[in-house]
This record gives sequence, structure tokens and C-alpha cells, in this order.
Amino acid sequence: MFYREAGQFKSSYAADSQIFPIRQDRIGFGLIIAFAFLGVPLLAALGIVSNYTFTAILTPFLIFSLAALGLNILTGYAGQLSLGTAAFMAVGAFGAYNFMLRIDGMPILLAFILGGLCAAAVGIVFGLPSLRIRGFYLAASTLATQFFVVWFVTKVGWFTNYSTSGVISAQKIRMFGYTFNSSMSKYLFVLGVVSVLTLLAKNMVRTNIGRSWMAIRDMDMAAEVIGFRPMRTKLMAFAVSSFYCGVAGALFAYAYLGTVEPEGFNLDLSFRILFMVIIGGAGSILGSFLGSAFIVLLPIFLNIFLLFLETSLHLELPSGISSSIELMVFGGLIIFFLIVEPHGLARLWQIGKEKLRLWPFPH
Amino acid sequence: MQFFFEVLIAGLLSGVMYSLVALGFVLIYKASGVFNFAQGSMVYFAALTAVGLHDKGLSLWLSVPLTMVVMVVLALLIEKIVLRPLVAQPEISLFMATIGLSFFIEGLAQAIWGANVRALDLGIEDVPLEWVLEKANMAISQFDLIAAGIATVLVATLALFFSRTKIGRALRAVADDHQAALSIGIPLQHIWGIVWSVAGFVALVAGLLWGSRNGVQFALTFVALKALPVLILGGFTSVPGAIVGGLIIGASEKLAEVFLGPYVGGGLEGWFPYVLALLFLLIRPEGLFGEKIIRRI
Repeated sequence: MFYREAGQFKSSYAADSQIFPIRQDRIGFGLIIAFAFLGVPLLAALGIVSNYTFTAILTPFLIFSLAALGLNILTGYAGQLSLGTAAFMAVGAFGAYNFMLRIDGMPILLAFILGGLCAAAVGIVFGLPSLRIRGFYLAASTLATQFFVVWFVTKVGWFTNYSTSGVISAQKIRMFGYTFNSSMSKYLFVLGVVSVLTLLAKNMVRTNIGRSWMAIRDMDMAAEVIGFRPMRTKLMAFAVSSFYCGVAGALFAYAYLGTVEPEGFNLDLSFRILFMVIIGGAGSILGSFLGSAFIVLLPIFLNIFLLFLETSLHLELPSGISSSIELMVFGGLIIFFLIVEPHGLARLWQIGKEKLRLWPFPH
Repeated sequence: MQFFFEVLIAGLLSGVMYSLVALGFVLIYKASGVFNFAQGSMVYFAALTAVGLHDKGLSLWLSVPLTMVVMVVLALLIEKIVLRPLVAQPEISLFMATIGLSFFIEGLAQAIWGANVRALDLGIEDVPLEWVLEKANMAISQFDLIAAGIATVLVATLALFFSRTKIGRALRAVADDHQAALSIGIPLQHIWGIVWSVAGFVALVAGLLWGSRNGVQFALTFVALKALPVLILGGFTSVPGAIVGGLIIGASEKLAEVFLGPYVGGGLEGWFPYVLALLFLLIRPEGLFGEKIIRRI
């Protein structure tokens, strides 16, 4: 009754090709954005949203969303399975660090962009095999990226500025004379970057370039026959995806952790991001965000739940068991999602929208 | 030169151990087209269960068969709960399901037996063979040799099983085409149950050998990651490929570490196999012995 587009006519091409063609969507999305930019800081000022929420939930959620978005471009849209996401994040993080360190007065955003471009270059190099090999062979060979890059950054002292432990501390985020110190300001900074890049990604996937990715994904030979150039398309997907992952890695280092070591970008991180894509929905921008929210929130809720079990039932769970149970729940949920809804949470949202159209009348 | 051969042989022998893990992957991939990422966790789970039962006071002769029973039950459960609902899904979904499965199995193993490192003693000593040491002045581990022997026997048996028995033929039919196999009356579920059980058995053997060498610990799951370059080198569908690939990877990794390592600061072992396999793939995209991929529109 409330969610239907009856009576909304499109009388221009611009109106026809806008991102949210339905008015309710536009209003809803506007509200969400307004809430994220204004509402959350307001609530924080009132003391309802704590510091912990910013540092442990909101900021990592946004950063992981960006990384998941990057992987989603490669895996969900272009169909190239990658297990090396964390490596590209590492390139972005250490690239940005070095640009900030070596060049005086480097604007932070430019450093992030350059870090992302470094990641894109690495992505193109390691994406070259995708022209010859596909499927599982490609997935297994992206592990080469993962292990090689982390090893390289660890071994070459220049990247970590010869710190003995290999740990770097990211410089402060400064823009226009303002230093982003508080957790809330960092959140807003990340939110800004993620919003811009998401808008860009959304426009990429619904225009020429995104369609060529999807054509390659669905059947690369057929796509080639009808005139898509597989080399350009695939490498473009690798470059764009790595750029996103690189920027996410830089944010990961600068706005979330503060101090990072190359080992922090290990295979586990790659897998976590892959799970975000699977659970959220491959081939969906919204899915990257939903998946990221899910994976960030799951351990927190699981811990609360286990703690609740322990206190209410007076059970003495052996130490370490909660991490084992977390692993089991994690794995179980992934299988569950693949069986029940292979298209992920984003698909559930779509189904919900269809239902909402009719609600509250059954027909 | 002597040192070179010593390193080479040590590499080849450790390569056999990689092949053992890779074999589990190949079996399942051949029979069901599933790239089973959980093989490493199965190795860990099997080894941990065997050691756990052994530590509880059972003798090895009892705990190993008991673990085998557990692995068969696990295989049947995987088939019933995970694979059956996913029949006819794209390969990539199945692959991701096995990643989930690997997390689940790792968690399960740790939840039952704890995350501590456990020692496993099979009664084979890891000492250099004396007569080789005397004759050629090379240190070759007795343990490695026996492990290689076990692996060889296992591979030969499996190769025979695949090519000579009725079940083996059915397995290959299923691998070719699920639906066609179903339509001529091959019981798909049954076959998958068998194949996962066999993979469980291979995992158990690999887990016992690796575990008694390095201790049964979480790092066992990484051994499986090492099996991936072996697989892409040898081809996903070939049992001999897993062996040859394992030998190449094992030997080249050790040689690279010993002879190239000092120039770049070591740690080559972690990534060298992957890069080697990757370069190799550029020449032969389906691996050494993999089936030629014919692609049509």
C-alpha cells in the first residue's frame, strides 16, 4: 500500500536511468544517509552511541564493506574468484603509508588514492593469469598473490620503514588543518570515503563497463564472440577491484587499527571478506554492506549469547571453546546460506520488497 | 653436489607427503566435481581424533580404526547435510560450501579435543638411514622413506580401485556428468558417500604421518593449502598428476629455500610453490595431466 510505484511516471531519460527509480527508495535511502552522517553523530553527542560502537562496530563495518565491495566487483560481477583480497589491502595500506612518509605535505586523500593505484597495478599483474586460466585453477593461483605480497612486504624493510618488528604506526589523518583524532571523526571520514566510492561503483556496474564484466562472468567465450575484449575487461575488473581493496586496506590501517603489520593481512582476512560477499550476495552492491554487517556483528552477538548462557545456566565453559563455537557457527551459517539462499542477504531484501508491494493486501 | 642431492631427496620425500594430501582433493574432485577445500580440516580432524582417543588410553590399533569409523560417519553426514541439497548448483557454490565446511570441522575438532598441540608417536623414528649415511654420506630420514612407501601403496591401490572395480567406474561416470549418471541408474548419493569416506581415509593417513612428524596442531590445516599448488600443477582430475605434482613442488620448494633463500632472506617456502604453479599454468592451463578443457558456446 505504501511501497508501490503506481502513479510515478518517468518523462525524461534522466528520470528513467536514475539509481533509485522508485520514490520510496529515494526517500528511504536519503534518510539512511542522513542518519549515517547526521543522526549518528547527534546520538553520540547525546551519549547514546558510545565510543565502543564507533571503534568496534561502525568503522570496521564500513571498511569491510568497502573491501567486500571490491571483491564483489571481481567475483560477483566479473566472475573471477579471488582468495587474495587481503594482499591487495596490504598493498594499499603500505602504499599509502609510504607515500605519507616519504613525501612531505602529502594530502591524505591523495595518498589513499595513490595507495589504491599501487594495489590496482599489483592487481593487474596478478590478474594476468586470469586470461589463460579460470575457475578453481585461478582461485588457487590467487593464493600466490596472497602469500607472495605478504612475504615481500615483510622481507623488504623499506616498506615498513625498517621497523624491527615489521609493525608500522599509521600517521594521523589530517585534512585542511583538521586532525581526525576522535573515533567519531574517523567514522565520518571513513563514511565519506566509502560513500563516494560506493556511488562510483554503483554507476560503474550499471553502465557499459559493469555490463561487460557481467557478460564475461556469464560466459566469457560468448562475450568474446559478441565483441567484448576479455583481456581489457578482466584486467579492468582486477584493477578496479584491487583499487577498492587497496583503499579499504589504507582505511583499515589509518582509521581502524592505527598500527598494522604485514601479517595482519593474512589469508584469514581474505576469507572473511569472501564470506561477506557470499553471505551478502555476490553481484550486489547492497550485498557487500549486508554481508559486512553480518560478519562484523556475528562474533559480537555470539559472545554476548555465550556469556548469557554461561551466567544464566551457571555453565563453566572451558576457555577457548567460544572461539571454536564461533568457527562452527560461522561455517555452519555459510553452508546454511548457500543451501537456503544462494544469492545471499541482498536477495532476501529483494523478496521482502516484492512482499512489501502487496502488503497489507494479499493480492 | 652431495648436498644438492640430499636436499633434492628430502624435498622429493616431503613432496610425497604433499601428494598424499592432494590425493584427497583429487578423489573428491574426480567423483563429484567438488573442489573440497575442507580436505585440510579433515586431515586435522582425523589426526586430532586419533590422537585424542589414543591419549584417552586406547591403543593405536584401536584408536585408528575407531577414527576411521568417525571419518565415515562424518563423510556420510557431509553428503546428507551439505552436498545433497546443493546438487546441480554451480561449482563455485559447492566450493564455497566446502570453505564453510572447513571452518565448521576445524571448530568441531577444537571444541571436542581442545586447541593444544598434541604429540603423536607412531613408533617410527625420524633418524637418518645409517647405511646411506655411510655409503654416500647423505642424511635421508627413515621416517620420510616409510611415509613415502605408505603413500605409494595407497596411490597404487586407489589407482587400481578407480580403473578396475565397478565402483571405480561408477565414480568416473558420476564425475563426467551427474545427471547422465543418475539417469542410467548410478546411485549418486551412495557414490558420494563412498568417495568422501575414501577421502576421509586418505585424510587420516596423511594426518597420522604429518602429525607424528610435526605434532598434531592447527598448522596441519595449512598443509592442505600447500596441496593446492600440487593440484594445479598436476591437474585436478589426475591421480598420477597429484603424485608428480607433489614431487615437483616438494623438490623445487626445498631447493629454492636452500639455494635461493639466502639471497632474499629466506621464507621462500611460503609462496614459491604457488608462483611456480602459476607460471606453469600459463603454459598448460589444465595442469600436467589434467583433462583438456574443451569449451564451446
